Order: sequence, then structure tokens, then C-alpha cells
Amino acid sequence: MDKGYVRKGCDIVIEMQDVWKTYSNGTHALRGIDIKVDRNEFVYVVGPSGAGKSTFMKLMYREEKPTKGQIFVNGFNLEKLKQRKIPYVRRNIGVIFQDYRLLPKLTIYENVSFAMEVIEAPKKHIRKRTMEVLELVRLKDKALSLPSQLSGGEQQRVAIARAIVNNPAVIIADEPTGNLDPETSWGIMKLMEEINFRGTTIVMATHNKEIVNTMRKRVIAIERGTIVRDELRGEYGYED
Amino acid sequence: MKINTPSRHMREGVRNIVRNGWMTFASVSSIAISLFILGVFVLLTLNVNDWADQVENRVEVKVYLEVGVPQEQVDSLEADMKAIPEVKSVTFVSKEEGLVYLRQQLGENSKDLLEGLDGEDNPLGDAFTVEAKDPRSVSVVADKIGALNLGKDPKPIDKIDYGKETVKKMFKIMDIIRWGGFGIVLLLSLSAVFLIANTIKITILARRKEISIMKLVGATNSFIRWPFFIEGALLGLIGSLIPIALLLIGYWNLVQVADADTLDLFMIQLKPFGEIGLTLTVLLLCIGMFIGVWGSLLSVRKFLRV
Repeated sequence: MDKGYVRKGCDIVIEMQDVWKTYSNGTHALRGIDIKVDRNEFVYVVGPSGAGKSTFMKLMYREEKPTKGQIFVNGFNLEKLKQRKIPYVRRNIGVIFQDYRLLPKLTIYENVSFAMEVIEAPKKHIRKRTMEVLELVRLKDKALSLPSQLSGGEQQRVAIARAIVNNPAVIIADEPTGNLDPETSWGIMKLMEEINFRGTTIVMATHNKEIVNTMRKRVIAIERGTIVRDELRGEYGYED
Repeated sequence: MKINTPSRHMREGVRNIVRNGWMTFASVSSIAISLFILGVFVLLTLNVNDWADQVENRVEVKVYLEVGVPQEQVDSLEADMKAIPEVKSVTFVSKEEGLVYLRQQLGENSKDLLEGLDGEDNPLGDAFTVEAKDPRSVSVVADKIGALNLGKDPKPIDKIDYGKETVKKMFKIMDIIRWGGFGIVLLLSLSAVFLIANTIKITILARRKEISIMKLVGATNSFIRWPFFIEGALLGLIGSLIPIALLLIGYWNLVQVADADTLDLFMIQLKPFGEIGLTLTVLLLCIGMFIGVWGSLLSVRKFLRV
């Protein structure tokens, strides 16, 4: 471990060492989290509402800072990271939300290319890559539609396309199927799995028992701010 | 910054200005009003300064001698005055010349009054007009000339006169114009800054979602900031062009009218249009842009913390 800022050639994509998070209102969201996620892993994060799942996810893309402890994402030590370096870490992370978070006035194509524009990618490259990911999520023919003209599942696929367009090392998905019916959810999960097969690490918080129990992956269960279970090919383990 | 990025920022900035219609109007007009008033004061100050310089250079010391001072004493006084280091020139004004001058000054009405005072009956004394090398040292010169009277009996110098009070008053008025104008402009500029900050805050609020997504996918703060920065600068630019146009047109017309000798009465000469026009344009443009940029930075700063 080195100068602690960047660790190159490391196969651990996410690492937390004794991470605590206490909000200013006194809530202890996380109490001493230790975890490692290897490159190419697919991890479900499960647990009851209010157990600290969301905080756990937010710490990874530096939406929140830990009160105590160290976090490494793709070799960056988030604690030692200067404020103005945060954008460069985020370029390694794709984030997907339950509510899609698309820009309503932009077309599907623009919603995706936007993510490349803001990191100032070359124009030619933007066109090519955007069409490439739209093809991957099977929305190439809807490129010129607006988000409001698409179904929920299609909108989530746009969000996924946007998340992967810059080739991040890891995807953080906070209940990506939370708003979708079971059939559509399976479509999204198939897509997530495909992205994972192509070499992207995925960390996904979910409440969907059926998915976790069918598409077996590593399961991390968080309760009252601590990790109570961490199993490869684990089960959901809660009665919802 | 990549090659295609500046044009994107420009496009965004212009789009925001159009989108915010009324707030744009409000902030542009508040800048325009502030700068218009500033411009008026600038024109006034520059001209008053110029006028003050002219008047200042006209300042001279008049030394009036007693009636009947013998010629050799007059000559020695002239030599003594020329020997004062601060003195630039000494001109002798004989009592005959003094009378001629007095007649000119009083005009027709004096005909009776000054009748038959020529030659031996001339009631005036001789006089000197003394110019100082530096107009600001006239009082020193006057004091030194006054000292020549000492130890002489009868005293040859009757009165020493220079426009001390007038000059002092003039500088006071100029200071009031300058500082008063500065104060008013400062207040107006601050209100313009806050209006612009508000305009841009509205843009930011409308685009909060967009900004949060930009941050999530890794846009740098400066990338996010640029369009707002441009929006502010453009607001300032538009806001300053209006008063610049009005003031230039107004001053040009004033110069035309002034040439028709109305103002000559007051010994005021307006500064030429070309010279003052450039100063005014550059000054107002810079201040306008500065206010705009400041306003935008003020509102963007808070929103970029995360």
C-alpha cells in the first residue's frame, strides 16, 4: 500500500476499511464496514429499509463522506482525494437510480451523449460510442424519442446506457428495478448481467427477492449499519 | 478545454439568457441604469477636471503698488520678485495700462466715472502680474512677495491678490461630484450584482437536475460553471452597451451645441468627443462585464459544493 493515493494494477475495485458514517442529526447509518469487491464481481446489497444500504452506496460514488475509515474506488483513496479531483473518480463509476433521472427535454440519444460531452470526449468518438451503447441496450431505433415517450423499462435502459457510455470500471445501481414490473425487471437484469460479462463490476442494492434468489451472485446483507452476511452465490434471506 | 467545448458553453449561456426573459430584462436594465448614472458622473468629472486645470493655470498673483512709488523702487521690486525661485515671470502693468484695462472691464457705463483721470490725475498705482512656475505654489509666491514690504517705509506694496478662495471652492465642488458620484454608482452596482446573481440562480434552479447528473457522470466544476459565467458576462455586456450608446449620442449633441458658444459664457470648454468617448466606452464595458461575472460567480459558488 504505498503512498495511499492511487493503487495501480489492483484487482480490488472497491474496498472499505472500518467505515463509519454518522449524520449530523446523530443517526448512525454505518458502523464499521469492512468489505472488498474484486474486479468483475456482481454484488447484491440487501437488507431492510433504513439499514444503511443507501448510505453504503452513496459513499462509493462520493455523494457522502465517511465519518471515519478509508474507502478505495478503482485505486483512488477517496479520503485523500481533493475536492476538484472527484469528477475524475466519478468517470470510473456509472450510477443508476430507481427513478432513472433522465433529462426530460433531451432525446434518448442526447441523454446518453450528454454524459460523454460533459467529460469533453472528442465529438466523433461521442457519436460512435453513443450508438454503440444504444444498440447494446436495444434502443437504437428510439434514439430520437423523448424519455416521456418510453416505458419505464426502456427509460431504465437509457439510464444504463448513460451509465456505461464512458466505460466505467464499476456500476453502482440503487434499486434499478424498484419501479418496474417483474417481467421488465428481468429484462433489466439480463442487461446488467451482460454488462458484467463484458467486464464491468456491478454493485446493486435491491429489494427484489426473486431476482436475488434466481440469478445467484454474491450477497451482502446490511442491518443496523453493519454487514451481517456476505456470501458468494447467496440468498435474499428476508421475507418481503 | 477541448476544441468543441467553448462553443457549447457559449450556446448554453445564450440559451439561458433567452430562457429567463424577465429576469434577464430586470438585471440588464439595472446594470444599464447604474452604468448610465456612472457615465454621467464620469463625463462630468472629466470635464470639471479639465476645466479646473485650465482655471488653475490661469491663477496668477497680482501685486498692486501704492500710488506714487518712485521708479527706482519699482525697478528694484521687480528684480527682487524675479529673484524668487518659484516665480516664472513678472510683468509690469503701468498705471496707464491699468486704467485702460479698467475702462474695458467697466464698458460704456464707466465713461463718466473715469472721465478726465488720465495723466497726472490717474488715481491708480502701478502693478505687477506674477506667474508661478507651479500654480499650486502661488500662495508661497504671494507670501514671499509680501515679505518684500518688510523693513521699508513707506511700504511700496499696497495689496497682493490671487484667486485663492475661488480655487479652493472649485476643488471642493469637484470632490463632491467625484465622491458623490462614486458612492451612488457603488450602491447601484451592488444592486445590479445581486439582481444578476438572482437571475443566474433561477437558471441554476431550473437546471439543478441537469447539474446533478453532470456531476454524477464526472463533469468538472469549471465545466459546469462556464455557461453561467458566460451568461453573467453577456448580461453585463448588454447592460453596458445601452448606456454607452445613449451617453455617446448625448455627449455628441452637447458638443455640437456647445460649439455654438453658449457655454463660452462660463469659460467652459467641453473635452473633445473622440477622446472622452473612448474612455467612457472602455470604462463602462469593463465595469459592466465585471458586475455580470461577479454576480454569476456569487450564485454559482454555493451550488457547486457536493
